[in-house]
Amino acid sequence: MDYETLKKNARHRRRAGKALTYCLLTVWALVVLFPFYWMVLTSVKSYGAYNSEWIPQLYTLEPTLENYVQAFTTVPLAGYFINTVIFALATTALMLLVTIPAAFAFARLQFRGRDVVFTLFLSLMMIPSELVVITNYVTITDLDLRNSFPGLILPSVASVFYIYLLKENFAQIPDELYYAAKVDGTSDLKYLLKVMIPICKPTIITITILKIIECWNSYVWPRLITDDQAYYLVSNGIQEIRENGFGRENTPAMMAAVVAVCLPLVILFLIFRRKIMAGVARGGVKG
Amino acid sequence: MEQNNRKAWLYLLPAMLFLGVFLVYPLIDVCVYSLEEGYNFASQTYWGLGLYNYAYVLRDPYFLQALKNTFILVIITVPVSTGLALLISLGLSSIRRLQELYQTIYFLPYVTNTLAVGLVFMILFKQTPYTDGLVNQVLSWFGAGPIDFIDGPYWAKMLVLCVYTVWVVMPFKILILTGALASVDRTYYNAAKVDGTPGWRIFTRITLPMISPTVFYLVITGFIGAFKAYSDVVALFGTDLNAAGMNTIVGYIYDMLYGTSGGYPSYASAAAIVLFAIVLTITCVNLLVSKKHVHY
Amino acid sequence: MKVTLQNLTKEYPGRGRKQPQTVAAVKDFSFEIPDGELVGLLGPSGCGKSTTLNLLSGLQKPTSGRIFFGDDDVTELPAESRGVGLVFQNYALYPHLTVRQNITFPLENRKGRDKLTRQQMADMAMEAAGLVQIQDLMDRKPAELSGGQQQRVAIARALVKMPRILLLDEPLSNLDARLRLQTREEIRRIQRSTGITTVFVTHDQEEAMSISDRIVVMDRGVIQQTGKPQQVYDDPDNLFVAKFLGTPPINVFDGRVRGERLYIGDEAVLPVPGIADQDVTAAIRPEGFLPGPGGAFTCQFRGMEVMGRDVSILSCHSSAQTPVIRSIVSAGTAAAPEAGMIRFDLKPGKVFLFHRDTGARLRF
Repeated sequence: MDYETLKKNARHRRRAGKALTYCLLTVWALVVLFPFYWMVLTSVKSYGAYNSEWIPQLYTLEPTLENYVQAFTTVPLAGYFINTVIFALATTALMLLVTIPAAFAFARLQFRGRDVVFTLFLSLMMIPSELVVITNYVTITDLDLRNSFPGLILPSVASVFYIYLLKENFAQIPDELYYAAKVDGTSDLKYLLKVMIPICKPTIITITILKIIECWNSYVWPRLITDDQAYYLVSNGIQEIRENGFGRENTPAMMAAVVAVCLPLVILFLIFRRKIMAGVARGGVKG
Repeated sequence: MEQNNRKAWLYLLPAMLFLGVFLVYPLIDVCVYSLEEGYNFASQTYWGLGLYNYAYVLRDPYFLQALKNTFILVIITVPVSTGLALLISLGLSSIRRLQELYQTIYFLPYVTNTLAVGLVFMILFKQTPYTDGLVNQVLSWFGAGPIDFIDGPYWAKMLVLCVYTVWVVMPFKILILTGALASVDRTYYNAAKVDGTPGWRIFTRITLPMISPTVFYLVITGFIGAFKAYSDVVALFGTDLNAAGMNTIVGYIYDMLYGTSGGYPSYASAAAIVLFAIVLTITCVNLLVSKKHVHY
Repeated sequence: MKVTLQNLTKEYPGRGRKQPQTVAAVKDFSFEIPDGELVGLLGPSGCGKSTTLNLLSGLQKPTSGRIFFGDDDVTELPAESRGVGLVFQNYALYPHLTVRQNITFPLENRKGRDKLTRQQMADMAMEAAGLVQIQDLMDRKPAELSGGQQQRVAIARALVKMPRILLLDEPLSNLDARLRLQTREEIRRIQRSTGITTVFVTHDQEEAMSISDRIVVMDRGVIQQTGKPQQVYDDPDNLFVAKFLGTPPINVFDGRVRGERLYIGDEAVLPVPGIADQDVTAAIRPEGFLPGPGGAFTCQFRGMEVMGRDVSILSCHSSAQTPVIRSIVSAGTAAAPEAGMIRFDLKPGKVFLFHRDTGARLRF
């Protein structure tokens, strides 16, 4: 065996492999980032400049913010934002109010039929939303709740998955803590508020963020239940802009609206990167 | 341990109320709807029970088109995205420098609004009187003629849809696969290395079998997700999907329910149950196959 | 295959502000392993023994120094080209493959001229399985085997490719006590019958002493002493080695030398010719005590423990570094404590003196 060659071959192969790996990873990173770059780029091109580019330019030397001004003035984009914020916050708050006690009951309280009920709960996870949306649509229409916040919010509140996630986390807290609190005369509610919730804060934050993301991006239900622009969420707003636009085909202004819609979540993601990715890895599916 | 039944049910009450009204009742109701023939939305009356709604839906050319579109989408995007995600995750887990940066970038599409980014894809592919669009520009360098990807031939539209779908589902798959790869005990790789195992053999004989449960999980969720494709299609082709010939099963359901073609909850229910049956069947087949191939 | 390690050093870069300096896991390690010997690398956890093993296998690269297999310099050679067999602490058996597939796995990697036919592979696997006596387990999965059986499979997998050297990382640590005794004899037997130069790592001195031809005692990345096990036990170079080897452990006292006599407390307990007057650390093996009424060394009697063949006498002394002094005498030796005190004579060969500050051996 020729040791010199072996040595050299091994080194070359390793280097070539590394280089190839980084190439592949960089190419995919560009594929991921390019649409984002393109939306930002287009949003700062002026209307005239954009339409005069038969060959799209990969950069611009005269960035302008006029498209953003137009996106917020011609179209009630600010209104969509406010609606979405109200929708996301109210839904998430209600979700927590419903989820935390339920998870607590499953994790901590003893009652007849607990395991059966929990299994039934879990089996609800398999029901696809497409199946139930039809009746919900009819229900909300019958209740005369179309084009209203309650109509938007109520069907989006309950989530079996989050109850499951939180219950698992609650169940990890050692029983001794509960017994100690009981001996000290702490009520169940106080124990939940003062001990369990603080200990499980990371999980609660995670499900809060995941729910906000879900709300921010929700499209189907709001579309079914609203046809009044005053109640549009950002997704519907974007779709409305796409279909009816700014009175004319105004791509830069459309992209400005798109950037405005994407930005809050990107910022949220960059702040809570680890929490979000860990939460999704634990069983989130693109909703 | 004492039982405190009443208190427990009190804690559960809000959740059960919401789930009951908006998940359990609709589930039963949708089955009833799907059997009510000639249901009139305005008067809420119907003239009989039977399978007519299913027969109608299964004969509706729009539904058949939607079925075909959905199946093509599923069959292309699930293998492509899973394979690609596997490749990228392997690369990602073999490096140390910049790993976190790449991971962060790759996850970005997960948190962005599908509708919004869909518009960007539309812009990139769309032909307008002012420009052929960036993708056509790139194609022209290779001598390929301009193609209208958004309003043009069927295969071109399907291509854009597949590209966008893969782009959208990759973050989740990469995240899960990187996690699975990281959980494989490093000593297996060391053992293989000492035995002089070439890279591809380490992959096929060790890595792949070890992460096979995760891969199957991703294939199953991928199938389910792709069968429910809707908002990304709307983002690319607008809400009038039947006109574009790009409708999906879920799109068909909503169209039956709402909008200009809407007002037929019975047909929508029947279509939804057909969808559910398809998804259930495919999932069961997947599980059976995985039982055979995931061994330990 | 003779293995030579020359001035081997492995450093890890410091980690951030808390630990800015580089950390040396192995420092200036030089050692030669004669062909066909079984060598035990011994030391407390974190002493660099596993790093040394990884350097030998090629899984890690040394910062400086050279490694030779025979006359070949393999320092730069990656693990896959070194032809070593490595048995991992947790065995690293592939859970989805059967025992047979696990054992043939290394053989299937050969290509070109070295490529083997199925029949050859099957024969070699059977032969390796025969060596460790697992022929009837060939079609099971690792999860269906006991710890000891998994260990054998791991050894068979390392042996099947006829390695130039065999490396074992803590081979017995995952087995229960009874199996451990049995398996270490087994390793010895296999090593003898194959004649493969073998290095194994352990923190258990008894294990190393019982089967090694030669042991290397390491501490904080530095070789403390090498040699035949008995020789190292009988003649430790420094206090660390003396304390690390031997069960029950050696008894350590603060002492001083005055006029070539060792004093512990106020008593002159042993003549130590040739040692200058100084404070020393004196260490006495448990078997170095001879109880007797005229003994020079007086301790407070605490009790006796009869352990089958041997009797332990427990006592204490104000100069001892441990609360209890344990001495072992054979059963039947009369121990006669008087008024709570017991007297011992000391066997000169079992008493070691060390420099008080450096811990280096002072030989007399």
